[in-house]
Amino acid sequence: METKRVRVLVAKPGLDGHDRGARIVARALRDAGYEVIYTGLQQTPEMIVESAIQEDVDIVGVSILSGAHMTIFPEVIRLLKEKGAGHIKVFGGGIIPEDDVKRLKKMGVLEIFLPGASTDAIVKFMNDKVKKK
Amino acid sequence: MKDRGKKNWEDEVLKPYLKKSGEREKHFSTVSGLEIPALVSEEDLEGFSYDEKLSFPGRYPFTRGVYPSMYRGRLWTMRQFSGFGTPRDTNKRYHYLLSQGLTGLSVAFHLPTLYGRDSDHPISRGEVGVCGVAVDTLKDMETIFSGIPLDKVTTSMTINGPASVLLAMYIAVAEKQGVSRKQIGGTIQNDILKEYIAQKSWIFPPEPSMRLIIDTFEYCSQEVPRWNPISISGYHIREAGSTAVQELAFTLRDGMEYVKAGIDRGLDVDKFAPRLSFFFNAHNDFFEEIAKYRAGRRIWAKVMKERFAAKNPESMRLRFHTQTAGCSLTAQQPHNNVIRVTIQALAAVLGGTQSLHTNSLDETYALPTEEAATLALRTQQILAEESGAANTIDPLGGSYFVEWLTDKMEAEAWKYIDIIDKMGGMIEAIKVGFPQREIADAAYRYQKQADKGERTIVGVNKYCAEKSSEIPLLRIDPRVEKEKVQNLKKLRKSRDNQAVKKSLSRLENAALGKDNLVPYILDAVKTYASVGEICDILRAVFGEYKEAAGF
Repeated sequence: METKRVRVLVAKPGLDGHDRGARIVARALRDAGYEVIYTGLQQTPEMIVESAIQEDVDIVGVSILSGAHMTIFPEVIRLLKEKGAGHIKVFGGGIIPEDDVKRLKKMGVLEIFLPGASTDAIVKFMNDKVKKK
Repeated sequence: MKDRGKKNWEDEVLKPYLKKSGEREKHFSTVSGLEIPALVSEEDLEGFSYDEKLSFPGRYPFTRGVYPSMYRGRLWTMRQFSGFGTPRDTNKRYHYLLSQGLTGLSVAFHLPTLYGRDSDHPISRGEVGVCGVAVDTLKDMETIFSGIPLDKVTTSMTINGPASVLLAMYIAVAEKQGVSRKQIGGTIQNDILKEYIAQKSWIFPPEPSMRLIIDTFEYCSQEVPRWNPISISGYHIREAGSTAVQELAFTLRDGMEYVKAGIDRGLDVDKFAPRLSFFFNAHNDFFEEIAKYRAGRRIWAKVMKERFAAKNPESMRLRFHTQTAGCSLTAQQPHNNVIRVTIQALAAVLGGTQSLHTNSLDETYALPTEEAATLALRTQQILAEESGAANTIDPLGGSYFVEWLTDKMEAEAWKYIDIIDKMGGMIEAIKVGFPQREIADAAYRYQKQADKGERTIVGVNKYCAEKSSEIPLLRIDPRVEKEKVQNLKKLRKSRDNQAVKKSLSRLENAALGKDNLVPYILDAVKTYASVGEICDILRAVFGEYKEAAGF
């Protein structure tokens, strides 16, 4: 029987072009055995959700360093639910103050990885928290 | 190789000693992975010619400094990158920093402006004034520079895709102040090649972007003689994860691409090359950075003389701004960042930078608070006034290690330059993803080293603290977006929209042809056409760049 691998979408929303972290996360997850799709830059929440559904991913990773996280994350979560894709999990990283991390987690973001996080921690999170149904 | 006793020392003194006590690491390497020897002595520099490799400050190949007196004549410009919120917020911060001893201005625009979009564009939602100051029209620039005489201070603007638009706005602001374009001094970053490679704030594809850039070279050489129409950058390449050698090589090779483009346009190299400027990173490895700047000056001088046949020595001078490495700062124990910035700033000074920005301790969290920005400025002032580092020129010149490392950086950089030459130049190299891949590999390598603890990052993977430090943070009020959008709507109603339309139509025609676009852009900004409106015209003519998929 073929075991399906967990599929991850790594997304760069808004105008933020700082993709060093997103690319490293994508590569680390791929090296750890996940199927990773990277959206590229300048994605709107609509585009991200569309890609997530089309690519049939299990989880979306959103990278934001521009400070627009309190606009982008809620919108992505809202659109996923609206399109009937509420089962797709959301996590993220970037420049996000601690109080906002708490707020985002309350909204349903599974985890936020801040500066200094190791790729090992991100892979472990994926291994522990995201399973193929 | 003349034996001055190093081998003897190694055999008779060092090896026996190491047998007893060993070394701390198996390999000692710079943060970029360059292997560093235990000791460099005279015999390792066999054949070193002072005249050929070093010469004197202000003399070819400028290794020891671009100016004869360097900081004894004039200190580096203390030019802190700054900007946030509304134009009024930024104007306030500029007045404050100037009152605290800032000697040059540097504008940080918010993301929409960087991408040629207005504050009310759908993609600007949540981004207005958050990463930099919101600039939509000339009115915003007038506010930013209100009370700041543009004949008394120089300004650098970090702007790339829409650089020509912001340059035009600056010229227009000066004119309103009664300052002629012949008097104003400053820089626009305007380096699109490194956008494709690293910073990613492009708008148009390479060919029209190069056209616009050479237009600015031509325009400035005739109309704005004190302006640096480009800041050929390695900072962002390094921030994206490159090694120091890659930063050096890709930056200089980008520079060579611009020089070639200027010459191909028919410009006299000695007419525009003296005003090309550069921008480098100052990362953690103290000596690697110093060697990098020195090697950079030597390589550029040779390239300008030999490859581009420049005759004017001013065309061969690598003048540069430096910024301490943002990517080296940590969120954990943020006060440690003050120490990092100090060491990095000292490297830039000992490396002979013309201008310097020192990062603030809180920048892994947010834009700098006033206190953090002040401390960053004080760092430079203490270096300048108290440390003695500025009392003599190129004090590390002649150090066996520094000269060895400078030679090594030069040799390694040339390897990359040769590869890119063979690919057909930098634009071709970018098309096949070469520099991007090199950077991604270096970034990944570094991250893995950090994850494994092979590369120590104090406070992150060693000497960690139980609890996190609470520091005050700058928060941008969401009111800023509402206010900016409202003001833009008001302005659009109150301006002469016929004049706007006419100027945009003339710009469009010029863009379809071969005219220098700067005068048309200047006309448009004077009608209060917005950044977005002007860029939309150019988008329609030039198209938009799309990065290749994959990672």
